[in-house]
Amino acid sequence: MEASAPTNDGLFGLNRRTILPEPLMLDGGTVLDQVEIAYETYGTLNADRSNAVLVCHATSGDQFVASRHPITGKPGWWSRSVGPGKPIDTDRHFVVCANVLGSCMGTTGPASLASDSQPYALRFPVITIRDMVRAQMGLLDLLGIERLHAVVGGSMGGMQALSLAAFWPGRVDRVMVIAATAAMPAQNIAFQEVGRQAIMADPNWQGGNYYGTGAAPDAGLAVARMAAHITYLSEESMHEKFGRRLQDRASKTFGFDADFQVESYLRHQGASFTGRFDANSYLYITKAMSYFDLTEEHGGRLADVFAGTKSRFCLVSFDSDWLYPTRESRKIAHALNAAGAPVSFVELSAPYGHDSFLLDVPELDRVIAGFVG
Amino acid sequence: MNGATLASLRPDLALIAGHVRPGARVLDIGCGDGTLLAALEAERGCDARGLEIDPANVAHCVARGLSVIQGDADTDLGYYPDKSFDYAILSQTLQTTRRPDLALGELLRIAAHGFVSFPNFAHWRVRASLAFGGRMPVTKLLPERWYDTPNIHHLTIDDFRALVKEQGWTIEGQWFLNRGRPTRPANANLWAEHAVFLLRGG
Repeated sequence: MEASAPTNDGLFGLNRRTILPEPLMLDGGTVLDQVEIAYETYGTLNADRSNAVLVCHATSGDQFVASRHPITGKPGWWSRSVGPGKPIDTDRHFVVCANVLGSCMGTTGPASLASDSQPYALRFPVITIRDMVRAQMGLLDLLGIERLHAVVGGSMGGMQALSLAAFWPGRVDRVMVIAATAAMPAQNIAFQEVGRQAIMADPNWQGGNYYGTGAAPDAGLAVARMAAHITYLSEESMHEKFGRRLQDRASKTFGFDADFQVESYLRHQGASFTGRFDANSYLYITKAMSYFDLTEEHGGRLADVFAGTKSRFCLVSFDSDWLYPTRESRKIAHALNAAGAPVSFVELSAPYGHDSFLLDVPELDRVIAGFVG
Repeated sequence: MNGATLASLRPDLALIAGHVRPGARVLDIGCGDGTLLAALEAERGCDARGLEIDPANVAHCVARGLSVIQGDADTDLGYYPDKSFDYAILSQTLQTTRRPDLALGELLRIAAHGFVSFPNFAHWRVRASLAFGGRMPVTKLLPERWYDTPNIHHLTIDDFRALVKEQGWTIEGQWFLNRGRPTRPANANLWAEHAVFLLRGG
């Protein structure tokens, strides 16, 4: 391998797209060809290609980790943690963030065109978290990155980081897993099923074949998002933010309008989500998470999953996160310890529930900066 | 990167670090801000891990590049397989556990050797304070008052030796400190402010 910086400049920078040269062999048994990956890179890959950090996004996230979102115009979803001088310092590290397989921001998913030039819709194969990582490994191959300095992810991004460490153990030095789990708990599967049912109950869903019909299951997707959004917050943060306060009115209307601020807020969250997310993608991605269980192939023994790993691990949970509670991270930490892997674990105190990993938690910044180095 | 040297350590920690075999696997239970861990890694080439209850301390350790798990010595040692470590260290922590006997038992289950350091409640100054002052002693080594002290199980060197004997453990080494300096083992229960023991399980 040449000892200089990348030769193919077209592969590096913001808003990139590439087609994987190899078909993806998926966990479900099918093969997906011509997989397109939409991604961004930040910073410069050093000569020995040893400073790459892969950031994995959560359910509704995307590759715009630290650059303005093209649809919403908002700053990148983790621009507080990724950038020059930030905890993941792009002055020193080469950061890659790719839209996951099955999503809808440019990477191949159910809204993409199949070989017959029609959208896949439900013909798209059901995928797993490991399939998402597989696609990202294909991208790293293209970028000439054999071994990552670190992989970092929160929530579903943390599951990808764990999956990467478990199934591609030679490809990463440091693994940072924030507010995640090694196996999806039943309560989380239950909430995700509510979301999927809301989408599929919307007559505009049309068995998934709504593309090009002028109607999309926006109402169903909005309800799915509203339900999920509640699980991302804590009771305390909701009480603080909204209490029982009324929305732009002095008294109750005795109707089904959004009287309360919390109702109005959730409706807004639901409605704005439909403008940037594909309902079928939501089905596929949440199903991949529901299927996630790292121990499946190891008879339920998590320590065996990581036997012989050479990576260092850092796990973080938040005391107000009831969706991916501390015990999930603690389980992983103890399993890694039993496997002899260097591991750190900390439960941070933050009031914002599961969403804490995206918000202002200075202690988290210190931990990320210290661990990623 | 950690800036820890043996010379800059608290006396009991320096004593422990100086007697840990280089390259050993070590668990520091109640590792605080990671000072001992950092010294063990930097100066003794150890594979050093920590267990610490305070999240701010854990965050500090992780930021220093140390491997530390947030947990409670009273409940979390059970997660570790037998003899996972060459040494487990309990420095200034024994007297804060709910069941020191059980914590020590776990310590000697998960590690081949255990270092234990604790303030000696039978030091003459403590005795004098109680005998003549009639109040629970507040000394340099025991600075908290009875109602806000984390030390819920005060013990003396003789108490400790009695427990070791009762449990059938073996004392492999013992060191005594007074005002941060080594002191003679003779009448340590009266003259030593602080004791460090190296134990082996039954």
